[in-house]
Amino acid sequence: MNTATTHYPAAPTSEGIETRTLCVLVDNEPGVLARVIGLFSGRGYNIDSLTVSETEHQKHLSRITIVTRGTPMVLEQIKNQLDRLVPVHRVIDLTIANPAIQRELAMVKVRGTGDQRMEALRLADAFRARVIDATTESFVFEITGASDKIESFITLMLPVGLVEVSRTGVVAITRGPEGM
Amino acid sequence: MTEMTGAEMVIAALADQGVAHIFGYPGGAVLPIYDALFQQDKVQHILVRHEQGAVHAAEGYARSTGKVGTVLVTSGPGATNAVTGLTDALCDSIPLVVITGQVPTHLIGNDAFQECDTVGITRPCTKYNYLVKSVDDLPRVLHEAFHIASSGRPGPVVVDIPKDVQFAKGVYFKPKEFQHKGYRPKLDGDPAKIREAVELMAAAKRPLFYTGGGIINSGPAASEHLRELVKLTGFPITSTLMGLGAFPAADPQWLGMLGMHGTWEANWAMHDCDLMICIGARFDDRITGRLDAFSPGSKKIHVDIDPSSINKNVKVDLPIIGDCAHVLADMLRLWRENGAKPDKKALETWWAQIGKWRAKNSLAYRNSNEIIKPQYAIQRLYELTKDRDTYITTEVGQHQMWAAQFYQFQEGNRWMTSGGLGTMGYGLPASVGVQLAHPNSLVIDIAGEASVQMTMQEMSTAAQYDLPIKIFILNNQYMGMVRQWQELLHGGRYSHSYSEALPDFVKLADAYHAHGIRCSHPGELDDKIREMIDVKKPVIFDCVVDPTENCFPMIPSGRAHNEMLLGDAATRVEDAVTEEGKMLV
Repeated sequence: MNTATTHYPAAPTSEGIETRTLCVLVDNEPGVLARVIGLFSGRGYNIDSLTVSETEHQKHLSRITIVTRGTPMVLEQIKNQLDRLVPVHRVIDLTIANPAIQRELAMVKVRGTGDQRMEALRLADAFRARVIDATTESFVFEITGASDKIESFITLMLPVGLVEVSRTGVVAITRGPEGM
Repeated sequence: MTEMTGAEMVIAALADQGVAHIFGYPGGAVLPIYDALFQQDKVQHILVRHEQGAVHAAEGYARSTGKVGTVLVTSGPGATNAVTGLTDALCDSIPLVVITGQVPTHLIGNDAFQECDTVGITRPCTKYNYLVKSVDDLPRVLHEAFHIASSGRPGPVVVDIPKDVQFAKGVYFKPKEFQHKGYRPKLDGDPAKIREAVELMAAAKRPLFYTGGGIINSGPAASEHLRELVKLTGFPITSTLMGLGAFPAADPQWLGMLGMHGTWEANWAMHDCDLMICIGARFDDRITGRLDAFSPGSKKIHVDIDPSSINKNVKVDLPIIGDCAHVLADMLRLWRENGAKPDKKALETWWAQIGKWRAKNSLAYRNSNEIIKPQYAIQRLYELTKDRDTYITTEVGQHQMWAAQFYQFQEGNRWMTSGGLGTMGYGLPASVGVQLAHPNSLVIDIAGEASVQMTMQEMSTAAQYDLPIKIFILNNQYMGMVRQWQELLHGGRYSHSYSEALPDFVKLADAYHAHGIRCSHPGELDDKIREMIDVKKPVIFDCVVDPTENCFPMIPSGRAHNEMLLGDAATRVEDAVTEEGKMLV
């Protein structure tokens, strides 16, 4: 007897999982985000982060930045599947194209008094986070940076009274003079 | 540039797009369009009995003509009933424009009567869909819908039109040349890659063409170029279920269909070839069998218009994105320009090997004088209809595979079957659409007694429009393919696969104003098939066949192409299926 497999393709186990940041340029029309998200859920792809906003108002073009994970074969599928959606103009793999700059913005609310409060401020200063709201017992910090920097900041805020976090998700752009 | 209502725009756009027939069913949310239909005679409306039937009929119409099939249904249940047909058309890349009514815009999202989120429900089962919220967008959307449905990899497009938009007045314009904002299917393949492909072909020792529905969808030119290229190269050719007819089955270079129920020679050639030239097929799991043992020694060229088909299941060496007709034309030109000569000696050896596989006669079955074997029934049907202008549709199951194996297709657009989705109940309404497009042709639905009951109501449509479709039922009193798998995988426990309490199909024919024929003896078969052909009205032919016959050859689950089973090996099948294979049939 041969090794048992099936008619259905087995999950590729030998290939490693990679993380990619994709930039998807789409017509800003009703339902376009549903199409993109539906593609991911329908085909079982992962979304780690997703941001979307209209970036070219005159042409009604929106830019969707998606951070996704998968084997190289799955990642190629994701790009091709996105590319064939009718309202999708371009799909660019920012991880491959040219090492891209990736940033996130987070707003972090902490609550505390006395030393805790001072410690929160000191840490915020070290991370170059700005105070955008303050009461006698709380701060809201605004921090911008790569996702891992934001992660470490949030971790540090835990013991000094972290209440709530709101994050934008990743936006990205290529380095150098060329546009996409 | 004329002012008219949204409903009138729908009719005007259909007429301008060359639509002669639209299949549909009225309801509250499309009444303005039905009113507009009533007052014109450019577009003929065909009233079906269920919206699924409308979509399958439009698919049959589209596949047999190469045109876009059209459907008109109401909101809510009208739209949801169309979903199976839409999914079917998406899987098999059939161009359709489906117009659905919607509740008035101010009621959308209000859980109004017969409201459903049509664009939400149909988003994953259409190539594209629209909700038209303003009559000003309507002419553009309608023309765009036809363009998107028929270009690139074809597929179904839904246009959802709220009732107030149908009443609203606006300015209509005729279809014109336009460039879609972003949607631009790539038709021409990369010349460098095509050159490389031709070089690989000239150097191949054991080459094989593996072709699919893409050739049919690309149009008659693709089929012509393919025939020419196959002749020029002298290579063997096999095809998927969807591609049957693109290359004539009578040709000696034809190896028969490949895949799960493909021929011994086609599957062995796939396994042993050193160059696979895949054109317009997509390495579906019914084709590849076990992936890690799929054609291990071959270089693979893959021509497809849809980049997402490339490297989806099988890693290929040379992908070429483009329309089959364009790429094949380029291949032909380059082959001639290069004065390419195939390796004759190697090809001779290859053909000798193929000859040995052919000698297995893998489609052989034991015929009987007592009981009609389903294979025999199809063979006789073929012999008695081959000289006529015949179109074949099927339902899904054993009868479908036997039809694919034993009915010999010599040209494209003659074979309409639900390949990707495997929709039982497809064939009868599809034959309605085919017959409407080809009123003087012989249109036969090769059916099973279980499948055909799923859309039997469309016999009434056939009667209403005098469509002399022939429903040729291979009645084995089982959902045959389910029974076959239960026999092979589940210890012969035939859980709910027996067709109990079957209707009397002859009486049923009578009830539907059709002609009923029953045949249960091989000796009577020819005469009764002739009777079926000669009757100038719809026929239900109840062909009572051997209830225990299984469909072979077969690649059992968990096996590779070179491990297929033949009919006379049936007793060994049960041991041959692996445990894991049983889980994932």
